Formats: sequence, C-alpha cells, structure tokens
Amino acid sequence: MATAAQSRMTPLKLFSYSFVLLWLIVAAFPFFWTFWGSFKVQADFLSKADWMNALTGANTIEQTGSAFTGQGYHGAWVLEDFWFNFKNTGIVVFFTVIISLTFGTLGGYALARSGFRYAFWILMAALVFRAMPHMTLVSGYLLWFFEWNVWGILPTTIIVLVAINQPFTLWMLHSFFKNIPKDMDESAMVDGCTRFQAFWHVIVPVMWPGVITTGLFSFLLAYNDFTVAVMLLSEENETIIPAINSFMGTTQVEGKVMYAVAAVVSATAPLFVLILFFQRQIVSGLTAGAVKG
Amino acid sequence: MKHRTFFWFILPTLSAMVLFIALPIVSVFVQSLFVAHEQVLVVTENCGPFGCKPSTAVDVEATEKLRQEQPLGKFNGLGTYLNRSHLAVADISEAWATSKTMGEFWGQVYNLPFYNALTFTLTYAFVVTPLVLVLGLAIAVGVNNLPAMLKGLAIFVSLLPFLVTPLVGSLILFWMVDGDGVIGATIQKIFNDPSLSLKASTPLMWIMLMIYGVWHTLPFSFITFYAGLQTVPEDTMEAAQIDGASKWQRLIHVVVPHLMPLVSFVTLMLIMDNLRVFEPIVSFSAEAHARSLSWIIFNDLRESGNPLYASAGATSLLTIIIVIILMMPVLIRTWRDFSRKSH
Repeated sequence: MATAAQSRMTPLKLFSYSFVLLWLIVAAFPFFWTFWGSFKVQADFLSKADWMNALTGANTIEQTGSAFTGQGYHGAWVLEDFWFNFKNTGIVVFFTVIISLTFGTLGGYALARSGFRYAFWILMAALVFRAMPHMTLVSGYLLWFFEWNVWGILPTTIIVLVAINQPFTLWMLHSFFKNIPKDMDESAMVDGCTRFQAFWHVIVPVMWPGVITTGLFSFLLAYNDFTVAVMLLSEENETIIPAINSFMGTTQVEGKVMYAVAAVVSATAPLFVLILFFQRQIVSGLTAGAVKG
Repeated sequence: MKHRTFFWFILPTLSAMVLFIALPIVSVFVQSLFVAHEQVLVVTENCGPFGCKPSTAVDVEATEKLRQEQPLGKFNGLGTYLNRSHLAVADISEAWATSKTMGEFWGQVYNLPFYNALTFTLTYAFVVTPLVLVLGLAIAVGVNNLPAMLKGLAIFVSLLPFLVTPLVGSLILFWMVDGDGVIGATIQKIFNDPSLSLKASTPLMWIMLMIYGVWHTLPFSFITFYAGLQTVPEDTMEAAQIDGASKWQRLIHVVVPHLMPLVSFVTLMLIMDNLRVFEPIVSFSAEAHARSLSWIIFNDLRESGNPLYASAGATSLLTIIIVIILMMPVLIRTWRDFSRKSH
C-alpha cells in the first residue's frame, strides 16, 4: 500500500538505493571476476600491463589458442589430486554434522525443558565457550594429541569440530525447542511414555525444520574450517581449505597460481549451490537467535 | 524434567564441551607454566698425546629420553608470561624509564611481539565492528524499501561474502588488490607509483585487512537488521508520521530504538568473531605488517618440528582473558535479564 508520499523519490531514498547497489556490486564482483579469471592463464588473471587482458584473455589465446582454458582446473584436480582433499572434506563434514546434530538435539531439548537454574549456567558457559578463539583451543590439544598418537587423522578433527560446534548448536536448538509447546511431550508422558519415548515419538517428528537450519550452520563451520584442519591434519589427510593454503605456499611459480584460483572456485561452488537452495533457512537461522531473544 | 533424565540428555554435548573446550583451556594454562627441556650436555675428557681436554657434546639419547618422560618440559612458573615475547614486564619498564615522549614509549612497546599483535587485533575488532553495524543498518533500510522481487536477489548476493570460507574469500580479494591484480595495478597506474603495493606498506595492509573484515561480516548485520525491520510496529511509524516526523527522524527515533536488542546481539557476535581474526592474515601473507593474537599462537605452534607449547599456551591464556573481559558487559546483562525473568 504505497502512498504517494512513500513512493516519491526523495534524495534520502536515492542515496539509499545507490548505496544498496554499490554494496551488491562490491559483494558480487570479486566472485564474478575470480570465476571468469579461473579460465585464463596467469598472465591474464594477474595482468600488470592491462586489466582488460583478464576479460579478453589476450595471453590465453596466445598460449593455448582459445580464450578459455581449463588448465587451472586440470592442474588442481588431476595433477595436484584436489579430489582427494574433497573426499577428506566430505568425510569430515558428513560426520561432524551428524554427530553435532545428535548431541545438540538431545542437549538442546533438555535445556529447553529444564527449568532448573543450572540449565541457564550451562547456556552461559556455552556462550563463553563460543567466544574462545579456535587457535587458543588448538594450542591446548596439540601436545596431547602427539603424545597419544592421534594427531593427523580424520576422527580427531571430526570430534574436535563437533565440540567446537556444540555451543552454537545448543543455543540454536534450545531456542527452537522452546517454541515447540510443552503440552505435546508432556501429554505423551501422562499417557505413560518415558521422557525419552516422548522425545522420540512426539518431538523428533516435528523438529526437522529447526534441525535442518542448525545443520546448515554446522555444515558451514566444518566446511569452512581452516584453523583446526591446518593444525591437526597430516598432509595425506588434508581437507580442501588447508590444501588451498598449501598451493599458495609451495606453488608460487608461474602458472601454478592458477591451480589455486581453480581450487578456490571449486571450493566456493558447493557454497553457492547451498545458498541457492537453502537461502530461506539460512536467513531464518541467522536471525533466530536474535529476533526471538 | 528430573535431574536424572536431564543428566543423560545433556551428557554427550556436555562431555564434548568439557573435554575439548574446557580441558584444553586448563591444558593451555598448564603448558604455559613449563618450558622445553634444554639439551642434555655431557662433558667428556678427550685424552690425546698432549694431555686431556674436556669437551662438551649433546647427549641426544638422554635428551630424547627426558623429553619422552616429561613432555611438558620443566617447571618455569610464570616466567613465560613475563618474558619478552609476552607481557615483557622488564622491557616495558625499561622503555618507560628511557623514553622521553609518550610516542617514543609507544614505539618501543609496539615492537614487542605480544603488544604488536594485541594492537592489531583490538584495532581490527573496534574498527570493523562499528562500521559493520552502521553500514549493515543502512543497507537493511535500503533493501527494505526495494520492490519485493529485488529483495530476494539482494539477499542472495549479500550472503555470498558471508558464507564463503574466510581463507578463500580473503584470497579472492587479495588477488584483486595485489600489485598485479585488477584493482592494485589500476591504483598504481592512477598514482603512477609502482611502490604503492600492499606488500610494501603497513597502513595499506591494515586498511585492506579491515576492508576484508567489513566485506565478510557486513551481510550478517544486514540480514539480522533486515529481519528486525519486518517487526517494526506500523502504528508507531504512522503516529510518528502524523506528528510530522521526517523519514530521517523516524529512522533515528523509532526504528533504531526498536532494533536496539538486535544491535547488542550483533555486536556480541561480531566482537567474538573479529577477535579471532586469523585467516586473512594467512591469505594476504600479511605477517610482515600485521599479526593478530591467533596468528602469533599459530606461528609458535608451527615452529617446525618443535612447537613452542609454553609460548603458545601463555599467549592463548592471555587472549582468553582479554576475550572474557571484553565479553563481560554482555554476560552480566544476559545474567540480569535471566534473573529478572525467573523471579
């Protein structure tokens, strides 16, 4: 119902529109640029002479005969075995999400239904834990993991990521379960269910929207993690993010930068698809903790 | 819920948090009290035709054995905290005594590794956070006025920089602003100054890292505020309009107060995340110009073959204390809110 006064173009409105437009360009342009550039050779992508080269691909045509080349992707995926890192990431992400959600739903449900004061203290402790920089925690693990000979393997990283993920998962699922009416599980208990049976038969069937939203963020945490993976995984178990970093460290040679560019685009693609399909859930998850208070 | 049932439900998540978050903090403290063993030296007498000479050699076997038996090292008390790489008490008091101006004193303190990293980390957090809050609100108001069709697209595009892996996002920006990249090279051309490069200039590097920080976290504040704007009461807005409040006045006096609880939530999240800034420094190879607390811990732990557990532990514990101090106001408020609700 826009009234005449509301739809008039005022200077303030004009400013606010152009500001939004500017932001959208700033947000999207780097991704377009890198995606486009990943099909060029390094002399075009990082062209000191003329940035137009990156668009037209002058050097790419000269070197490969075509304006687009898959050399970077070939180098990263075939020559540098990037698929292997993708497989490791797949394993880490899958188990982290499953275990985090299992632990988180049980704990979040208990916190939402318990009126005791210690439930609140657990939530406060979780908030403090959430604030700990991951690097400080990693410096606490390293010595012991070496001592116990569990350093460098995927299960260690998975369990660490699950733990780091718990504070956030707990808060989110706690506020989600609070919105499911108490009467539902309590009437099941009146009918003779135990607490766990009530949870299993009554709560579990209705909890999926909240669990999926929380799961998306667990996925992002595990997928995007660099700090834990770079310190706790040996080279043969590297996940994609540390692998991209080691491309940068060891391959600052002509041509190989493009491997890293191709790897970066490959690593961003799954996230792009994720946003495409789950935009609504991501937005509701971002704001769930805040708006409901 | 009975205590017993509660216990079994909370057990998995609580044990994960205690084992891998609470205990590591204790471990970090314990590690910081020890230092690595020195190498075991043996003095042997080398007797030749011209008499005997004592010579010292490293007893590799004994050193290895000692390290195996006591992996923590030998007890050092608070020594690590006070040394030059951490609080540097001696250096600071010396700098205080010898320097004539505040500037000179600060210059000396800034060269100490811990204070250097602390300065960058705090500057980063306290520049990026307010910028993200203000710009996020501006974009949220702007998007809220857009036609419905464009809103979804705007949110989709905005989510990209936020959800992209920090290491990857900062690499993408770095390739553009580096000396050979599209923006970096263009700036050099405009100013006709080939030395104008990220790798050569500390202020430029700091600014670029903070621009990355804003780019990466702005979507979070924007989307939270945007959701908050949907709940602004229509009646109040209309009443303000009838009373003659301009658009700007309505924004400042109605919308912003309504969003205040969200502002404190977003501030808390942003400060938590900004204090752990680490990935962009790795991506930008910024360590010559900017180091964060997380980065110096990383550097200690990476000391090839022989991680400096004590030094990393001390820095970690100092970092944790700083994080908790900065969170205190929010924690106290949450606690008060809860007590009010329960009584």
